[in-house]
Amino acid sequence: MDAIILQVLNGLDKGSAYALIALGLTLIFGTLGVVNFAHGALFMLGAFCAVTLQKILSLSFTVEDPTQKDFLGNPLKVDTPYVVSWFGDATGNAILNWSVPLAILFAIPVMLLVGYVMERGLIKHFYKRPHADQILVTFGLAIVIQEIVKYFYGANPIPTPAPDAFRGSVDFGVMIGFAENQIIYPYWRLIYFLFSAAIIGAVFAFLRFTTFGMVVRAGMADRETVGLLGINIDKRFTIMFGIAAAVAGLAGVMYAPINSPNYHMGMDFLVLSFVVVVVGGMGSLPGAVLAGFLLGVLESFASMNEVKSILPGIDQIIIYLVAIIILLTRPRGLMGRRGVMEE
Amino acid sequence: MLGLSKKDTTFLLIVIILTLATPILLQPFPENSALAQFNAGYPDLMQRFAIFGIFAIGFNILFGLTGYLSFGHAAFLGVGSYSVVWMYKLLSYNVVPGLILAIVVSGLFALLIGYISLRRSGIYFSILTLAFAQMSFNLAYSVLTPLTNGETGLQVYLNDPQVLMDESSPTSPHFFGIVMNESVKLDVGGWLFTFSNGYYFCAIIAIIVFYLSMRIFRSPFGIMLRAIKTNQTRMNYTGLNPRPYTLAAFVISGMYAGLAGGLLAAMDPLAGAERMQWTASGEVVLMTILGGAGTLMGPVLGAGFIKYFENIFSKINDNILHTWFAALPDGIEDAIVFLIHPFIGKGWHLTLGLMFMLVVIFLPGGLIEGGSRIWNAVTGKNRRKKHDAEHHPKPAPHVS
Repeated sequence: MDAIILQVLNGLDKGSAYALIALGLTLIFGTLGVVNFAHGALFMLGAFCAVTLQKILSLSFTVEDPTQKDFLGNPLKVDTPYVVSWFGDATGNAILNWSVPLAILFAIPVMLLVGYVMERGLIKHFYKRPHADQILVTFGLAIVIQEIVKYFYGANPIPTPAPDAFRGSVDFGVMIGFAENQIIYPYWRLIYFLFSAAIIGAVFAFLRFTTFGMVVRAGMADRETVGLLGINIDKRFTIMFGIAAAVAGLAGVMYAPINSPNYHMGMDFLVLSFVVVVVGGMGSLPGAVLAGFLLGVLESFASMNEVKSILPGIDQIIIYLVAIIILLTRPRGLMGRRGVMEE
Repeated sequence: MLGLSKKDTTFLLIVIILTLATPILLQPFPENSALAQFNAGYPDLMQRFAIFGIFAIGFNILFGLTGYLSFGHAAFLGVGSYSVVWMYKLLSYNVVPGLILAIVVSGLFALLIGYISLRRSGIYFSILTLAFAQMSFNLAYSVLTPLTNGETGLQVYLNDPQVLMDESSPTSPHFFGIVMNESVKLDVGGWLFTFSNGYYFCAIIAIIVFYLSMRIFRSPFGIMLRAIKTNQTRMNYTGLNPRPYTLAAFVISGMYAGLAGGLLAAMDPLAGAERMQWTASGEVVLMTILGGAGTLMGPVLGAGFIKYFENIFSKINDNILHTWFAALPDGIEDAIVFLIHPFIGKGWHLTLGLMFMLVVIFLPGGLIEGGSRIWNAVTGKNRRKKHDAEHHPKPAPHVS
């Protein structure tokens, strides 16, 4: 039982990253009808927002401390980050320590801007072009973004630790009535799951309960009619593109402590999240979220040793296998609307 | 000749002559001159031109003619390489059995994947092929390690059976005794030409498969494939089932990819799973699009273009740039070098990505279209022939 709960937790955790990226992909496809192969790169940019903020915060100046000597007898050089000298020891170190959660505030405007520029500058010109062209141009863009990041940050993963308060693990089993030391789970992964649940909830609430969201939903259903009613739907869709980029970026920011960001992390996630979108149903937001968590849980169950001993290698291919079966038996995906991209 | 029209025969002859003369044509600068780094006439690179040319020609039969965008063709490339190395391990270093096996195995593999994937079209087809390729890649790294040797890559060891080897057999890939990595060097007044066996082997195969693709393009089968790209629905209404045609195209292009993969292993007796990664599939898409999808020569040009610039750009470094711009004042020189720096050396992929975006945005027909536009502008052809949108609407590919 405890093993199963542990796998479910693992799965939900993996699934939250898939779900967030797939949600953004679906937002873009549902509103603009564009297949965005650069979405993985946006996820990666988010993670590098965390890295950048960490670097900015730890910018420091060097002072010579005459009271201490190093082993050569010269005055010891001490690096002091600017934030520490400005805000004092306690506050400054706390800011440094909490750089990843702070990066959320930093990433939202940055990613909104990136999304906006991307849509206005490039994607806009591809609405009328075939999907193949959209795939190709965004694939090219993904390469460019990756290479730019690689140029500035190098090819090696950059460790971006979580705040001290959330390091280590929590005895999750005790919380739900198991004996001690049965289910131990890292704090940050639990937080990642809660965070993504909050983001997903926020996106759905935004679409459901605001006028803006209502217009966007109407535009997703029938773009032309909404346009005829005198609403500038293109502008709203552009903003939705920015929001989708921000969602991917936030997924990346919070993912940074789990896996140190490197420049190709986006590509690794992209293929999987496309599969997730297809399984969930192109253009269906709840479908994307459901499929994300479902595939995450399936993947982590498939990687249990008991399963692997029966079907070796199943953990590597389970997601693709599910995708193939779904596409062949129910091409519109789990929750896709009838008639949307069924061919 | 050979069942081709007169125009095509001339075209084929030109291609043959150019291919056979490649070692000379790609060596336009004398050795030790400042421009020698732009020479591409060395065996390794030329073999890559030929091999990736074959890969792209095959991909073009599927994508260029039917419009089905496969994102998983690298899987066949990997399968081809593995087959050839297995034949090295079991029989001998002769490449022929391996290449035959590579074509057969990749054909069967393509039949399986194509049979399933072609039930869907458009973006679903792309994602299905991508899923299959990623599955093969993941399996090659994990469970299939006994077959693929996992991360180390498949290679020939001393204790392999190699039943057909005897004392006199060469110990590197060969074609009935003609060793691939041997070459004849010719020094003509400062120009150094290398005629390598491996290149000519690949080149002759490339010419043969180019001829085959030419025949496919001109055949009723090829016209049927184009019909699928133009309007599949209309084809259905005429009472034709497009599936057998697309499946045949898929299998043929899979076999081309397998052959290319096999030749990669004939160049260097190694096979690794990274050849099957989806970025490798992306690369062949890039080549085909860059050259011009649906044209005969485009994919080959695209392959050559990408491989050439990959090689040249990644070789250039800051020092070379400084020598080029040495004539300029120091400040301007440094500024120019600083600006170019991100695009060269390790940054070659950045250049590639940018180039690719520019081609897709401004020149969807690729280099071939660019060339013909320039040609028309020079000869003034397009002024006479204006596009009549009403009576000749542009065919919109239904498979997008």
